[in-house]
Amino acid sequence: MTYWQAEVETMSRADLEKLQLEYLKKTIRIATNSPFYNKIFKEHHITSDSICSLDDLKKIPFTTKEDLRNNYPFGMAAIPIQQCVRLHSSSGTTGNPTVVLHSAKDLNEWANQVARCMYMVGLRDTDIFQNTSGYGMFTGGLGFQYGAEKLGALTVPAAAGNTKRQLKFITDFGTTCLHIIPSYATRLAEVMRESGIDPRRDTKLHTVCIGAEPHSEEQRLRIEELLGVKAYNCFGMSEMNGPGVAFECKEQNGMHIWEDYVIVEIIDPVTLEHVPEGEVGELVLTTINREAMPLLRYRTRDLTRIISGDCPCGRTHKRIDRFKGRSDDMIILKGVNLFPIQIETVLMKFKELGNNYLITIDQDEMQIEVELSDLFTDDYSVLQRLTKEITRQLKDELLLTPKLKLVGRGSLPVQEGKAVRVKDLRKF
Amino acid sequence: MTINQISIFLENKCGKLSKVLSILSDAHIGIIAATVADTSEYGILRLIVTNPEKAYALFKENNVTVSKTEVLAIATDRCAGSFASVLGCFTEAGISVEYMYCFSLDGKSILILRTNDPVQAYEVVKKHKLEYISTDKLNNI
Ligand SMILES: [Zn+2]
Repeated sequence: MTYWQAEVETMSRADLEKLQLEYLKKTIRIATNSPFYNKIFKEHHITSDSICSLDDLKKIPFTTKEDLRNNYPFGMAAIPIQQCVRLHSSSGTTGNPTVVLHSAKDLNEWANQVARCMYMVGLRDTDIFQNTSGYGMFTGGLGFQYGAEKLGALTVPAAAGNTKRQLKFITDFGTTCLHIIPSYATRLAEVMRESGIDPRRDTKLHTVCIGAEPHSEEQRLRIEELLGVKAYNCFGMSEMNGPGVAFECKEQNGMHIWEDYVIVEIIDPVTLEHVPEGEVGELVLTTINREAMPLLRYRTRDLTRIISGDCPCGRTHKRIDRFKGRSDDMIILKGVNLFPIQIETVLMKFKELGNNYLITIDQDEMQIEVELSDLFTDDYSVLQRLTKEITRQLKDELLLTPKLKLVGRGSLPVQEGKAVRVKDLRKF
Repeated sequence: MTINQISIFLENKCGKLSKVLSILSDAHIGIIAATVADTSEYGILRLIVTNPEKAYALFKENNVTVSKTEVLAIATDRCAGSFASVLGCFTEAGISVEYMYCFSLDGKSILILRTNDPVQAYEVVKKHKLEYISTDKLNNI
């Protein structure tokens, strides 16, 4: 087994936690320079000396996205702006956008995180890596770019969209690895098929890194089957730099979250207390290796759980499970809490169905339109049985009965970017 | 002995049927027979066309949800009894007919049959020396 940084990736838990405490104390010293944390530390009498164990982290209040908005643009900076070299901003649909600042050292560490992830899934400096992420402010672009370059891979900044051009790059350059949004991966496979390109025969693709939108295990398997690759789940968020926060290893059983970069907590979003290990709750992260803009106990709004036990790959950093959704994406219907990912998980089990679906909520009804796949059979009774079986499984999963509508291929809007799967027509 | 029927999934949307028909007419493919099985949710359009292979490829290209199904085309006289006797041959052999429809060709009635057992159905056609329409004959219309 080889590692990008064997010493830190396989460090004993005791040593790793010692390292975390040291980094945390250093982060608190740095954060004192930010107007935002300076005020909080004063109010709560927090200094680096008052934090004597990782458990003392609890003394620090949570930081929320709202705090980032309220301190837009530079209120969270812990070093002079002159010493920052990069800014990423994400626009919010409500209120101010948020800003994340980086020093040169921060960017180098970020690239190292991404390179470590890529090495973990078997990518090397001999690989040709095509990044189909949007560039610009979206961190999936530059984040992967610098990480892949640090790894030493030949990196193609193809950026998002223009599927024909993506395909030309893949075949012309002999691309071996893609970074791609899951809904776009299935779209790309469709266009390949339509263009008579067999990914196994006509391309050198062997790995794809998928992230940026929630997806089910079934969708991963489908992407692997369609493109003839191994697909690895990656997790990033702009507040935590971007990609590289957590990534699956070759075991494909949970994402290792790099604990020399962040401290992980899982809390109950209502009581704000830690949940027992292994239970689902909101992911809370503290950056411990960032100087321009440290974030302490940042509430990510993502719901996940820690996967207990040692990973056969030998890495000691904790694994987080596939996301159960975002507290923001939750649909409340007839008093039931639902996540679109639950619906997708059911739909993807059926080979007769394509990759495209749309959930519409109107009053207290849910309608799910889903496209048929190539395996369409003209036998009416088969279609009826299929509709019944999908509806039954959806009901088991959701505890309510949606109205299922099969539609022909190409009936739903084509997904080129981040997929819009839910239309909520209700007026609140 | 069987011919290829083209089946198309139609959600009940205006314009979908005319799109399908214009794809055929643009390619100068003739429709010999057409039938729609309709429900409140969706319909299945079944077509016998002059060039099923080409039609199938064109539909795929145009992102139409389509499948090919092998069906039997049996020529019968126009008298009422001949329908009954053809069907009788199949039921006698324990074969059930999933659906059927018919059209006229050269003064004959052509019966399109989809059975649950194509292999057995083939034996029935041979045994009773039923007159069937082949793909070649269809292509020469
Ligand atoms: Zn592992």
